Amino acid sequence: MFFSFDLLLEAILFGVLLGCFYAAVSIGLSVSFGLLDVPHVAHPAIMVFGAYCTYLLNTYNFDPIVAGIVLMVPFFLLGMLVYRFYYEAFERRGSEAAVRGLAFFFGLAFIIEVGLILAFGVDQRLVSAPYIGSSLELGEYRIPYRMLVAFGVALVLTFSLTLYLSKTFTGRAIKAVAQDEPALRLMGANPVRIKQWAFGIATAVSALAGAMLIIVGPVDPSLDRVYIGRTFAVVVLAGLGSMTGTLAAGLILGISESIVLMLFGASWAPAVAFGLLLIVLGIRPQGLFGR
Amino acid sequence: MKQLRRKVLKASAALAAAAGLPGAVFAQQGPIKVGIGIAQTGTLGAGGKAALLALEMWVEDVNQKGGLIGRKVQLISYDDQSNPATIPGIYTKLLDVDNVDLLIAPYGTVPTAPLMPLVKQRGLLLMGNFSFQVNHKVQHDMWFNNAPWNDASSWSDGFIAAGQKHGAKTIAVLAADQEFAQNLANGARVLAKKAGLKTVYEQNYPPTTVDFSSMIRAIRAAKPDIVFVMSYPNDSVAIVRAVNEIGVGSGVKLFGGGMVGLQFTPIMANLGSSLNGITNYNSYVPGVQYPGVDDFLKRYAKKAVEAKVDPLGFYLPPFNYAIGQMLEQAISATKSIDHKKIAGYLRTNEMKTIVGPIRYDKTGEWANPRVLQAQFRGVKDKDVEQFRDPKKQVVIYPDQYKTGDVVVPFEKARK
Repeated sequence: MFFSFDLLLEAILFGVLLGCFYAAVSIGLSVSFGLLDVPHVAHPAIMVFGAYCTYLLNTYNFDPIVAGIVLMVPFFLLGMLVYRFYYEAFERRGSEAAVRGLAFFFGLAFIIEVGLILAFGVDQRLVSAPYIGSSLELGEYRIPYRMLVAFGVALVLTFSLTLYLSKTFTGRAIKAVAQDEPALRLMGANPVRIKQWAFGIATAVSALAGAMLIIVGPVDPSLDRVYIGRTFAVVVLAGLGSMTGTLAAGLILGISESIVLMLFGASWAPAVAFGLLLIVLGIRPQGLFGR
Repeated sequence: MKQLRRKVLKASAALAAAAGLPGAVFAQQGPIKVGIGIAQTGTLGAGGKAALLALEMWVEDVNQKGGLIGRKVQLISYDDQSNPATIPGIYTKLLDVDNVDLLIAPYGTVPTAPLMPLVKQRGLLLMGNFSFQVNHKVQHDMWFNNAPWNDASSWSDGFIAAGQKHGAKTIAVLAADQEFAQNLANGARVLAKKAGLKTVYEQNYPPTTVDFSSMIRAIRAAKPDIVFVMSYPNDSVAIVRAVNEIGVGSGVKLFGGGMVGLQFTPIMANLGSSLNGITNYNSYVPGVQYPGVDDFLKRYAKKAVEAKVDPLGFYLPPFNYAIGQMLEQAISATKSIDHKKIAGYLRTNEMKTIVGPIRYDKTGEWANPRVLQAQFRGVKDKDVEQFRDPKKQVVIYPDQYKTGDVVVPFEKARK
């Protein structure tokens, strides 16, 4: 395998961009799984669904980022509906039923995937935008604009959510419901409504993540299977419920994957996520920034 | 009782008389069924759709002439979604449920590979459809591949020779980790070594890879003289995009070689000017004279617009039509649909087709390969019709079809 320090530096630079992208696609799961303890394995599928919705809007000349923002509203409502169904069918019936909820989310993921195949076929879909296909030249280095866009959106998303969760009443209530639900109930807040709102936010964020997914590369209906490992790895690595931890974990994963790809080849890159996860869980089971 | 006996005797006599008249009882044998699983969706879908249309055109043409050996021809096809996992099921259905008489292989090496053990086990004739070296391990003796190549040398010689002519001494090899690309890469590596080229970068990537930025960066850092890429359509598109974003360095003389997909019109139109400078293999480009192909392409173009498939149809359709023509000649000559008889005919005769004469060697590949290497030049964005101009794909190899010299280095040819 070819090696040079220039290449290593470039791999780290690309890894930072990639890591922010991983953080952006995982942050919704950090809310739904990390804070709400919902086994939301359909998160990547919903994100792919968001990518396809972005593709549809792009055919009407919507910029993909604008499309992602527009889609946040209907996806927020969708998320609230999904959580309500999950709560009524599973969560309110006790912890055993909550585990059966895992099967529900797997089923939801399959339904979304098959629905996308029926609607769009198995072909890859792409979007077009002025910042896709061109790059920023910094001396010897060329950085694709699409990765810079994903990097920027990821930072904005992470900091917005962190501010929301720490500075607003609802945000603090969402963090409280994760820590002590009975205490929150005693404070006069309805934990179920709070969780429903939070799940809606997580799903809305997935819509924007889906827009970034299709900006960064082409999508097909089975792409959720590629990201299920990475997103859960980032969330668990971060420590459940930590937004800034999600960003840090995404960066660690992105840089590790980029360096492994450079040193050992593309075939090893998918193993990085699970390898890192195993190591961190062995040394620090609560994750790097876990409560 | 007597009446019953008379009835039985009458019926027996009638049956005996009918048995003595073979034509009368079996007059309506039904059509000759030709079965195929071919990509209509997925990474190979753009090519598969065009190929299927060409086969349908052949069936229509042959039925208009009265069919074969007094029977109409019927084509039965299923979409394999470019997914090799679907192939055993599709072809088992074709054979055991649809009861097809003859088989045509799926388009492409990766979907065809799982079919080879089945046809060998059942002793069936299989007409190959643009596969590469898919029979070299199975060694099926009733395999006849319709593709203008036979071994890796027939594919890569032109590319490597063009690079060496301009002083190339080093090579980078980028290949998908799947049947087609690995078959070609294994051969290309040996040939590169024989040609005295030093391999400075080598990478096999998983077929699900969507981002090639890191690999293109690594290729740029390795500073090869030629970059030989073996990829399937989705990867080819992603690689061309990554090259457009990252660049491969000013020292690269040639880039391309074995990129499947850059022959499909929808992909060419989509990539547009990003294609410029890439030197890649092809089966047919405008300007190459094959007997009968111009007339076929005119008829195809009309039907393609109605069917909403590849409007130009340069790459696969003429060759798929030729598969039909070869079957037609073999069945007409042997007056049979017996697989062994057809195979015997195909092995020993030269057949006339719209892509020229075809003769097979003992491995079931073309005895006389005819792979073109052509460089994209002056391609503009969002213009499908421009590809009818021979100047957009300049043939640099073989000499028999050459229309110009390759422009080097790659970065200069891109402008």
